Amino acid sequence: MFIHLKNVSFTYNLHMPFETEVLKSINLVINKGEFVGIIGHTGCGKTTLLQIFNGLLEPTEGKILIDGIDIHKEKMKLKEIRKSIGLTFQYPENQLFEETIFKEVAFGPKNLGIKDDYLEKTVKKALNMVEMNYSIYKERSPFSLSGGEMRRVAIASTLAIDPEVIILDEPTASLDPQSRNSILTLIRELHCRYHKTIILVSHNMEVVAELAQRILVMEKGRIIMDGTPRKIFQDFAEKIESIGLALPQVTYIMYKLKQMGKPLNSGILTIEEAKDEILKVMKKKGGYDEIF
Amino acid sequence: MIKFDHVTHTYPSDRENETVSLSNIDLDIHKGDFIAVIGANGSGKSTFAKHLNGLVLPSKGDVIVDNYNTKDKENIWDIRKKVGIVFQNPDNQLVATTVEDDIAFGLENIGMEEHKMKKRVEWALNLVDMFDLRNSEPHLLSGGQKQKVVIAGALAMHTSYLVLDEPTSMLDPRGRKEVLNIIKKLNKEENITVIYITHFMSEAAEFNKIIVLDKGKMVLSGSPKTIFMQASVLENLSLELPQVTKLARLLSENRLDFPPNILNEEEMIEKLCLFI
Repeated sequence: MFIHLKNVSFTYNLHMPFETEVLKSINLVINKGEFVGIIGHTGCGKTTLLQIFNGLLEPTEGKILIDGIDIHKEKMKLKEIRKSIGLTFQYPENQLFEETIFKEVAFGPKNLGIKDDYLEKTVKKALNMVEMNYSIYKERSPFSLSGGEMRRVAIASTLAIDPEVIILDEPTASLDPQSRNSILTLIRELHCRYHKTIILVSHNMEVVAELAQRILVMEKGRIIMDGTPRKIFQDFAEKIESIGLALPQVTYIMYKLKQMGKPLNSGILTIEEAKDEILKVMKKKGGYDEIF
Repeated sequence: MIKFDHVTHTYPSDRENETVSLSNIDLDIHKGDFIAVIGANGSGKSTFAKHLNGLVLPSKGDVIVDNYNTKDKENIWDIRKKVGIVFQNPDNQLVATTVEDDIAFGLENIGMEEHKMKKRVEWALNLVDMFDLRNSEPHLLSGGQKQKVVIAGALAMHTSYLVLDEPTSMLDPRGRKEVLNIIKKLNKEENITVIYITHFMSEAAEFNKIIVLDKGKMVLSGSPKTIFMQASVLENLSLELPQVTKLARLLSENRLDFPPNILNEEEMIEKLCLFI
């Protein structure tokens, strides 16, 4: 499944006194199996774009094609689209509402007509994917869970409809470091092991740099950069800072040192990479071996 | 000074046992303190914050704010004037149609005369560097600017303690920086006491003191240097080191003369300059 946006614009309150254009002629193809990170300052149109992706909003101009089909031309298709493109909003735990975790996760598939044994299997599989033990959790109330667990249940509800594409809007906001890391591991698994296409929106540059294969940078309703994390954070470092974003911490440190004339490779994205690069340069400078 | 004297708080719960959210907290917060509070989800951080101005009362023990006990009903408005709280989502905390009106909201409620109020609002606007945007509509501001308006609203009441409960978790990097810079300035220049709850370890590293909560107990407290020396303890508490500190430790494992307890980017750059 691939998503193709052709000249998509979106205006809230079209033809009204308060009309605001939030997306401006966006052209974009997202291919099957990609892991795409979207970054941009608050109010740049990220969330609106996500809602265009799964047909919740209809572009006011241009069109969105999924597997080549214009989804708003044939209205019947929308239900199909939402089945194959799952969207997890910000703070999804606020949308939990059922008495038990089973009912919560079963809500989507049930609406799609899945019943009985197969429903149970579906729920079990979804909870399994987020590493929650079915028999322990199924009868518990989602409201008795910790923040990280609630987030997992919410993601499981999206997974239960078995979407090919999973869109996550700030999935780690307000989670403690451990819950954050486990959600990130889960997202990585969904991509590597279950081969889902992932579209991830986050203000956390470290997370996007480490996970995504491709980054889209948005500003004022446009996509102004599109490339690998290394390219974006290395080649456009200054631009990134000028539009209210930041480099990942370690990338920033290496970038600054390089600017000061230090012989470092600056396209560094993770702590491990930074360590290796710094030790390499330290060794070259000498003094390193004498210690051991 | 805010004094926690053996404070325990229990929430009634749907399960058999009641849930203990704070357990026997003893703590003195002094005027001018600059404190970060960290801890896993559900460790009691938000309950702790709500005790600071009497939004929640202790089940056992006392919270004393400048000699007022939060349990005495007649003190509650005086306490709320002294202790302002800023929450996570700025959109839930903005009430008026212009920035200026929003900041004046609290003052109007206490019936302040108009000319006095005008001066006070102007003063608060300047403190958060938002004077130029005083006539803007709050919903058109960026996330960081919105939080600054919320902070100004608290300051306008002549708050001397500012409690911020994850004020940056919904903000982009610039917004986070703006908020952090403003509260640093307020602490330094206006001697406002700051109690700042966060899940970002890199933010916590910028405070003078860190308090670590776990299952309602205060398990660690001290300077960022001493707290972030205890990597494995933090890990057991679902926490971690700031990225920069992780890097410093990895480097020091390979290079014995490299300091393992670096806390921020500037310090790291400075140190690395000496080594490469």
